[in-house]
Amino acid sequence: MTMGWAAGVLLALALGGVILYNGLVRKRNDVENGWSQIDVQLKRRHDLIPNLVATVQGYARHEKELFERVALLRSQALGASDLAGRLRSEGALSGAMKSLLMVAEAYPDLKASANFLALQEELASTENRIAFARQYYNTAVNRYNTATETFPGNLVAKGFSFGRRELWQIDDVAERAPGRIADLAGDGVTKEG
Amino acid sequence: MAAFLGDLIAHNKRLSLLLFGVMALFLGGLGALFGEYYGNWQSGLTVALVGSVIYFLVSWFLGDAMILSTSHAREISHDEAPQLWNVVEELAIASGNPMPRVFIIEDDALNAFATGRDPSRASVAVTRGLLEKLNREELQGVMAHEMSHVRNYDIRFAMLMAVMVGMVVFLCDVFLRSLFWGGRRRRGNDKGNAVAMVLALVLAVLAPFFATLIQLAVSRQREYLADASAAELTRNPRGLISALEKLSTDPAELEGANRGTQHLFIVNPLKGKRQGKDSLFSTHPSLESRIERLRELTIS
Repeated sequence: MTMGWAAGVLLALALGGVILYNGLVRKRNDVENGWSQIDVQLKRRHDLIPNLVATVQGYARHEKELFERVALLRSQALGASDLAGRLRSEGALSGAMKSLLMVAEAYPDLKASANFLALQEELASTENRIAFARQYYNTAVNRYNTATETFPGNLVAKGFSFGRRELWQIDDVAERAPGRIADLAGDGVTKEG
Repeated sequence: MAAFLGDLIAHNKRLSLLLFGVMALFLGGLGALFGEYYGNWQSGLTVALVGSVIYFLVSWFLGDAMILSTSHAREISHDEAPQLWNVVEELAIASGNPMPRVFIIEDDALNAFATGRDPSRASVAVTRGLLEKLNREELQGVMAHEMSHVRNYDIRFAMLMAVMVGMVVFLCDVFLRSLFWGGRRRRGNDKGNAVAMVLALVLAVLAPFFATLIQLAVSRQREYLADASAAELTRNPRGLISALEKLSTDPAELEGANRGTQHLFIVNPLKGKRQGKDSLFSTHPSLESRIERLRELTIS
């Protein structure tokens, strides 16, 4: 009789463990998915740069400094090895691209060109996509971290090494306040150095 | 939020199944009565049950195509309306869903809807008028509302509802007509037959009424919820508020909409249904109360 009880309790515990474990795996996969979506959208941003530079160059040839900075930041972002470095250079790149767009204010022909307008839409959309992907990713990370740190998920998490994941926080002023970027692009590079 | 969304999805899946059950029961009963009337209730029941399974399968697999084609929606690609396409894709990312198919309805009325049986086979449609009169922020609000319907499986239930309720109304009509015109062919004229006929008449008259009533009631709460989820997705209720304000001043009626599909749209597409207070017979909450609830979100 007692054997039966013990076996029943063990079985229930094992079953609970399996459910918890599967839940954690699902939440971790959400985090991975969220991250790969960010990756896709950052790549989309990088792919738009040559096109944008070429279009602006056609009308505003002597903004050479800006073109070089964008190119430099792009290669830095592509070459960044750790997450923190990557986030920093992506933030700086985003700022530089916005100032590239603002250059158009001084060139009415450029501003009115169909090519530029289309690019502007694609860039705006890319920035939104990155922001939404980040929002999704951070939500997934929060959900995952909470599940791994609260009882009873923490027991399973410790046993099967579900580590803590990092949020993607924005510490770049340029990304926080999209309206005031023009003057920030200047010191964006030196910060990177 | 996650658990809440999971509940919603499960709720909608259950309701869709329940809808099929009620539908099969109703059609089976109707078939049995019909059969009894012509002499054999068993064959009537069998035909009706087989028919309702087939009909369920058809609505499951082709419901979205049926709805899109009666609404005169045409599928587009990125280059035809880049901004619309981009806005939809942004919200697909925000809601963690795959990119739905995008359709345009060539109509001046301002409206939009989403349909499909699950998020990986969803479609969203907007009218040309909406595309022309809304700015990017407002368009984002409207599409966020639609993506919320997609994300929580409202689209599945609403699609089955549209196709099946439409069928109930149609079948009851056919049944009533056959009673009036084909009545003389029946064999017996005993009491049982008379009872069956009275019952069938009552059923045929009341069923479409109740079906429509349920359809209306069920869709109202969903609109509030989709509005709130839209604000949660975009972190910005202002876009949807100002879009709804523009939609409320639009007098045009949408040509391709009808009583079976009206509950799918973001605002009621039928003339004269949009203004006025909330009532038992409205598919949508009044725009004033929707805007008011969204405003409350911005304050708190």
